[in-house]
Order: sequence, then structure tokens, then C-alpha cells
Amino acid sequence: MLSRTASNLYWLSRNMERAECLARILDATSRLTSLPQAESEPTNEWESAIATAACAQSFKVNYAEANEQTVTEFLAFSPYNPASIRNCLETARQNARAVRTALTVEMWDAINGAWHELKKFDGKRLSHDDFTRFLSFVKQASLAYDGSAYRTMLRNDAYWFSRLGILVERADATARILDVKYHVLLPDEERVGGPLDYFQWASILRSVSALTSYYWVYQESVKPWLVADLLILNRQMPRSLASCYENLSRYLDDLAQFYGRQGNSQRLARAMLTKLSNATMDDTFQSGLHEFIGTFIADNNRLGSAITEQYLT
Amino acid sequence: MTTAFDEMRASDGSIRPAYARLAEWLGRVPADVLAYRRREAEFIFRRMGITFAVYGEAEATERLIPFDIIPRILTAAEWTRLAKGLEQRVKALNAYLYDIYGKREILRAGIVPDDLVFRNPAFRPEMNGKPVPHNIYVQIAGIDVVRTGADTFYVLEDNTRVPSGVSYMLENREIMLRLFPELFSGHRVAPVENYTDELLATLKSVAPASAPGDPTVVLLTPGIYNSAYFEHSFLADKLGVELVEGRDLLVKSNIVYMRTTEGPKRVDVIYRRIDDDFLDPLMFRPDSMLGVPGLMSAYLTGNVTLANAVGTGAVDDKAVYSYMPEIVKFYLGEEPLLRNVPTWRCREADHLKEVLERLPELVVKETHGSGGYGMLVGPMADKKTIETFRAKLKHAPADFIAQPTLALSTCPTFVEQGVAPRHVDLRPFVLYGRDRVRIVPGGLTRVALREGSLVVNSSQGGGTKDTWVLDR
Repeated sequence: MLSRTASNLYWLSRNMERAECLARILDATSRLTSLPQAESEPTNEWESAIATAACAQSFKVNYAEANEQTVTEFLAFSPYNPASIRNCLETARQNARAVRTALTVEMWDAINGAWHELKKFDGKRLSHDDFTRFLSFVKQASLAYDGSAYRTMLRNDAYWFSRLGILVERADATARILDVKYHVLLPDEERVGGPLDYFQWASILRSVSALTSYYWVYQESVKPWLVADLLILNRQMPRSLASCYENLSRYLDDLAQFYGRQGNSQRLARAMLTKLSNATMDDTFQSGLHEFIGTFIADNNRLGSAITEQYLT
Repeated sequence: MTTAFDEMRASDGSIRPAYARLAEWLGRVPADVLAYRRREAEFIFRRMGITFAVYGEAEATERLIPFDIIPRILTAAEWTRLAKGLEQRVKALNAYLYDIYGKREILRAGIVPDDLVFRNPAFRPEMNGKPVPHNIYVQIAGIDVVRTGADTFYVLEDNTRVPSGVSYMLENREIMLRLFPELFSGHRVAPVENYTDELLATLKSVAPASAPGDPTVVLLTPGIYNSAYFEHSFLADKLGVELVEGRDLLVKSNIVYMRTTEGPKRVDVIYRRIDDDFLDPLMFRPDSMLGVPGLMSAYLTGNVTLANAVGTGAVDDKAVYSYMPEIVKFYLGEEPLLRNVPTWRCREADHLKEVLERLPELVVKETHGSGGYGMLVGPMADKKTIETFRAKLKHAPADFIAQPTLALSTCPTFVEQGVAPRHVDLRPFVLYGRDRVRIVPGGLTRVALREGSLVVNSSQGGGTKDTWVLDR
């Protein structure tokens, strides 16, 4: 397969996944800010959202203050933010057009349909209700793309590259949510979780659409260390770091077998999976959750570069 | 102007045998059914267009080339004669190119004037004395043919650079099979679906001698913003070869590779749909972002085949065209089987004089023009347009040729008023491989949808038809 084709498939999936992650972050932030703020802890949730999306610097260049209006505009619609939802969907369609024949008709329809639908949403004029509809449209578009790929693609290198894109992006998104919110997850024997903390935890779960899953898995009220466990180590949870790496490692091995050759990306993914498999939440908290997440984000980026170098250029 | 030859109806009003069943069917099917099928065809085309022919951001205004649902029919005898003429023509085109980039015997023999070669902007001095694989220059030719009588076919134009339109030939047949299966069961129509197999066989046959037994073929496109991108991706898909852009290729030690997920892979044959100018920034336009640096060097070393060869434009302008009968005779020692439209070369003073006198009855074309642009159809033009052309001709006579206005044949066509005769031409695609010449029966029929119009180009409101060659 041409490297350019593989690259377009990979980035197409990354962009669709990123659009969905941003929509979930905006959704969760919007819910959280509608709750009464604690006098003692004046946190700015909109700033957190910007930090989670990893674009604080370019945001500051364009806006003076992080509030609902500016953050929403920047993350969802801004042409100045290359990774805004709108730009992600547009870039995804460009990727798709460039490799039109490598896609199934269903995948193309999902992407092209989303792109046409996108034109109906004018960022400047959206009411609150319209914006909610916009977020749900983005999530639907990503689901439609993902579902059509899953149900219609041949299981060969094209499919694996599209999966790798989703998984690298997803691992990054989950890790960044944890990175920004790690402090509310730290176990504190002294602290009794007040309603505000509960909302924070629930909001984290919601931003990865895992609130319901949490109850299914743990069958108890929301506890911060269990939230961390669910998002980091629990392989039942498709957005957890462990689950992402279980699949990354699997698809990279599929590729290596298909091509009869393995390289740096296989080794990196396997090392990451081993690390996650051997970790326990206790150890992780003990040695520092924040450091753990920071290292993970760097390693995940390294895997992205390794995939690019090995296959996409 | 004489009355046009009607391909369905003889002058006494009777139906020609090849059209008997079609005429009977047309008489039986109500107009609203035809209208419905046409809408259906348009819907399918649009869907295919939307699913894989999306260009630029002006997608909303993307135009479909109108498709006429009534097929054009040629008999096996007519086709056999035509095909022989096409084969002869393409052999002569190749011989001419081989000669002008080699020994130039035709110049020494005084058959064509020197400046037709050396002052031709499409002539590539870089190709002088350089062999090309198997001495074949034009592997894929689109020869535009018009008909004026039962046995009279004229070549209107030889397209030897990157002729396009073959995807319409294939899609038109596909649509017709879907919409009118009952029509096919009553006729024995020669298939065209094997075109891409024949094309692949042709491309593989011209691989360099150093290539492995099963050479690697790619299709080189300028990219998604090119207006023919749909055809490029369509053909690559059907050929089962990679659709590459310039940036997918690299040249190392004069060998061409494509960048793949399994590392660089050697390429032997490039079916290029990029003009000469953009092929290699090191040799041609340095600002070309579409090409591959070093490609020409690899090509001239003989490590890769370009189809068509570089410099084939030197034979497809309209000034060279006017010498084609002599060119055929010179190289093949045969009488041309297909006629050439008599052509006045305005570069010659006595020709120019006659052209200026008879301007209102002639067709005037730019020597290097194409697509029906910059063309005067005397009998259809108003006084002002004619005078504009008169001035142009006087100013730069060498840029123009003139021809008599041909009464192009007509075929029944489904238009607003119902079924009515409209003027048509035909572009058959001729494949010239090392082993043999391949021509799938038929080609792309273009039809001037406006009543009386003789301009069939899609840029000028022309449409297309499926072209049937009956097996017997």
C-alpha cells in the first residue's frame, strides 16, 4: 500500500476521533459549569477544557479570557485552531477524498454526509440548544464513521491503519483528561467526597462516556481511585489506556505479520502494554499519578512518531 | 451545407437495418418512461459522481456531462473498416515520432517542412536521439472520428498526449446495462468492459527490458484538484494498480520507486496523466509541484517506461494533422484508410487568402487549441464574430487552420422535444503495445445536444452516448 494512502487512512481516523473527544470534553465542561461553584475552590472549568485539548498556547494568542463563549468558539469552530472540531471534520474529509477508492462506500457516505451537515452549523449564531445539537451531531458522525469502518472494511492493512489512528488519538485524549484532572482523583484518607467532588468525578467519566459503565463494572458509588482504575487499567473499558494499548499492540502485530517484518512501533507498543499490564493502581498512586500520566503521554507520542516513520512516509 | 447523414433513417425515411430493433423499441416505449429512465441515469451518475468524483470546494456547481440514453449503433462491417484505419493511423503517428526524434528522414525527404518540427512548442529537444522502450511513443491514443456518409469517416483530431474520456465509455455502458437490459437481449453488442484488461496488457508489454516478468505499473495523477481525477481513480481501481501522485515517487540511482508501507517499491511502467511540462522539475518546469525530480533521467536511462512517451504532442497539433495522409504514405507505403478533412494551413499565403475569402462557410481552429475553445464555426457565427476572426487570422496566421464545415452525421437523441436527430462524433481509444494493437469496439460518442449545433465538446454543451458495435 502507498504510504500516502496509509497516512490518509490513519489521519482520517485520528481526526474523526479527535472531533468526538472534543465534543465530549465540551459537553462535560458545559454540564459541570452549570452547577454552583464552591466558594473555596474557584476553578475555571473552561480553562481546564482548553488544557485538556492541549491548545492553551494558541488559545491565549487569540483570546484574553477562557469562558463558555470563547472556549466553545475556539474548540468547536475557530479557523485559527487547526484542531478545532470543524477543522478536524474538514481535514478528515480531505484525507478521505485523497484515498476515496481505499474507503468503502459506507465510510465515504458517513464522512461526506457529516461534512455537508457541518455547513448547517454557524458557530457565531448557535443558541445553547443548537450547540447541544451540534455536539450530538459530532458524536453521531464519529460513531457512523467508526461503525461503517468496522462493519464494511476488509481486514487488511487499510483497516489496521485506520484503527491505529483511532487508538493513538483515543489514548492521548483519555490521558489528557486524566492529566488535567488528576488532582481530584488523588486518594485523600481525610477527605470526604462532597457533592462538588462527586460532580467532578462524574464529569470525568462523562467526558469519556463511561458513567454508566462505571456502575456496571464496580457496582458502587463513584470513588476517585476507581475512576482512575477504570480509565487507566481496566481493559473492559474501551477508552482506557490499557484497552487502547491492547488493541494497538494487536493491530501492529497484525501488520507486522502481514508484511512479514516488525519494527520500532511494535516494540514500543508491546513495552507499553506490558507496563500497563503489570501496573496496579496502588503502585501508580504511590509513585505519582501525575508523573505516570505525563510519561504515558510522551510515550504515546513516541509511538505515533514510530508509526509515521515506519509506515507513513 | 448539405443535409447530414442520419445514422438511423435513410433518406427515403426507411430505418437502416442496424437500427431496426431500436427504432421499433423507441416507437413502443412512451416518452414519459424514457424521461423517467433518463432521470434515473442522472441520479446514478450523480451518485457515482458524489461517491467518487468530488472536486474542489465548488462541488455544488460540479457539472455532470449530460448522458443520452439512446445508444448509437455501428455495424460490425463499419467497425471493422474503421478499426483497420485506426490501427494504420496510430502506426503512422508512432513512426513519425520515432523519426523526428531520430533520423528525421521525413524532413530530408521534404514531406513536411522543418519548422513544423523545430518550431513546434510540443517538440521536446530533450528527446532527440534518445531511445524509448520498444520504440513506442503513443501507447494510448484517442482518435476523433466523424462520419458524413454511409462509408465516409474522417479523422478530425489525433489525441496523443493524455487523451481522456474512456471512463465515460465504460460508465455509459454500465448504466445502459442497468437501465435497459431488455434492449441488450435483443442485440448482440460487442463488450467494452475488457478495456482495462487490454490497457493493462498494453502497459505491461511496454515495460523496459530490464523489468521483471510481471512489471509494476502505476497511474500518475496530478491529484484531486485535476478535472479528470475521477477518471484517474476510476481507471487505477479497475486496473488494480496504485494511483500515485508525484510525491509518492522517488528516484534513486536512476531507478523509480514508490513509497509504500513496506518500504520503497520499484516501478517499471508509469501510465502518466500529467502533461510533459510538469513531469520533472529538474528538466521541465522548475515550479512543478506535481512531478518527480529525477524522473526524466531515469526515463532516458531506460529504467522506466512513460506511457505516453515524452514529446508526443509534436504529432497532435492541427498543422501536423494536415500532413497526415502524406505521413501515412511515407512510413507505411499504404494509402490512408481513413480520410483527413481537407485543411487550409493559414501559415501559407495562398491558403490564407482563400480562407479569408470563404470565412463564413469554414471552420477555423487554433493550431494548438483543444476542447472546442477558440474555434469559429462560420455558418453558425454572426458577422461580428467572423470579423473578429478575420483580424485574428491576419495577425497570427500560423496559429490557425481552416476546414470546410462538415455535415456530421446524426443519431436519434432524447431531447426536450422528444426523440430527434443530433450531430455526433466518436472517440475510439487505440492501445498500441509491443505485441499488438488493441481497440475495444466502440468508443466515446459525443453528441451536440443543441439543435443544429456541430460542437460536441462537453465544455460547449455536448453530451455522451453509449456506442454499440453489433457483433453481426
